[in-house]
Amino acid sequence: MARRRIKLTFEPELIKQPVIYELSKQFNVITNIRRANVGDNIGWVVLEIEGSESKIDNGLEWMNSIGVRVDPVIGDIIEG
Amino acid sequence: MEYEGFDLAYVKALTCKECGREYPIEPLSVCEFCFGPLEVTYDYEAISKVISKNRISKGPLTMWRYADLLPVDASNAIDINTGFTPLIKANNLAKRLGLEKLYIKNDSVNPSFSFKDRVVSVAITKSLEFDFDAIACASTGNLACSVAAHAARAGIKAYVFIPSDLEQGKIIGTAIYGATILTVNGSYDQVNRLCSEISDSYNWAFVNINIRPYYAEGSKTLAYEVAEQLNWQAPAHAIVPAASGSLHTKIWKGFKELEQLNLIPKVQTKMHLTQAEGCSPIAQAYQRKEAHIRPVKPNTIAKSLGIGNPADGFYALQVIDASKGSAYAVNEEEVFEGIKLLAETEGIFTETAGGVVISGLKNMVEQGLIKNDELTVVYITGNGLKTQEVAQNAVNLINIDPNIESFETSLLKPRG
Repeated sequence: MARRRIKLTFEPELIKQPVIYELSKQFNVITNIRRANVGDNIGWVVLEIEGSESKIDNGLEWMNSIGVRVDPVIGDIIEG
Repeated sequence: MEYEGFDLAYVKALTCKECGREYPIEPLSVCEFCFGPLEVTYDYEAISKVISKNRISKGPLTMWRYADLLPVDASNAIDINTGFTPLIKANNLAKRLGLEKLYIKNDSVNPSFSFKDRVVSVAITKSLEFDFDAIACASTGNLACSVAAHAARAGIKAYVFIPSDLEQGKIIGTAIYGATILTVNGSYDQVNRLCSEISDSYNWAFVNINIRPYYAEGSKTLAYEVAEQLNWQAPAHAIVPAASGSLHTKIWKGFKELEQLNLIPKVQTKMHLTQAEGCSPIAQAYQRKEAHIRPVKPNTIAKSLGIGNPADGFYALQVIDASKGSAYAVNEEEVFEGIKLLAETEGIFTETAGGVVISGLKNMVEQGLIKNDELTVVYITGNGLKTQEVAQNAVNLINIDPNIESFETSLLKPRG
């Protein structure tokens, strides 16, 4: 079992959709939300995902495909 | 024994910037509860009993003269003579922009030619305290050079991760110090993820992952030096380039610490942040009046500022708000114009981040955000020799034959 800490950023049109529920259900991963903020123009959720490596990868790929931005919680690591 | 008397670190804890939970001084960067970033906090009461302008003035002419405010044991500092870089009164540039009191903090003259030496010097010193086997980073430029140079000095292994499509020329300044360079066949996102996994699995200090809270503190010395060089005062305006936003927040923290320790009067500095349009998530959030950052895909010639998901963007916006500062994104053409303007007026050749800052300053003056008699400091954080490709347009050669007639015909009026 692997764990990954990520930040999901949602455009307004996705805010009303239950994407985290779908992620959990479709890919059989455990989601544990730690912080979140939903505004008029943008929403984000910081959470931990637990599951097999391949299921987490597939789940995050699905998130990307529907337009959710997926980032590591620590921000970009590659610096100039 | 240059650092005698500077051997105590007055560090209290690592504190979560979101929920305030405290952690011991360990290689941690994220709160276990809310995943918020951790920051070093200090025992300022203890520091106030020992620190003074006199004590600082007797320290070395490097960033380590401010060791009381850094989170390491400075008697073992890995120092390649970083800091105490010149603060230059920029009269020619000031005149061109209609200002009277403009100063350039020229950090491009650090040992590896960028401000990154400040953060890396602290990071590698802390890494040795934590007994790590190696130091590592993921970088396409300045950070890689600095990590490699400091590792050479410390005699510790250095690993640098870069995307495999990076130009060869960019890595010579890192390779020469003997660092192991790994080119990763993958996207930036994949390199990010790989580095995160390696830092979890190996006893390596990844400067901007597991020891990030200590690493970031090195930037505060850019505030301390400017205040001391201005005869112990903070400027009315500070103009700072932003990638992750960390530098902006730490310069502010540095000024506020000096205020708290009664070393300078009340800080009224307006903290201005500049980015290039092709990667300007913080400036865009400011323009949209949003408190949160919308991550972007970097597409800018200012590669040293190319962070699309800035870890400290949210906190940089808070500093702008608290200081009544601003944020501005210069367009990509203005980056070279800024480089050229600084070179032609002050004889300083800066890299793209410096071009962003100078063009940002010009725009802020035009918008009336900076009044002509206000004390203004512009931070130049890297050297132009590192990004020569963007300055090709500056080259205008005059070709002549090896005789005086050709010379005069091409350049001077012919003799009568």
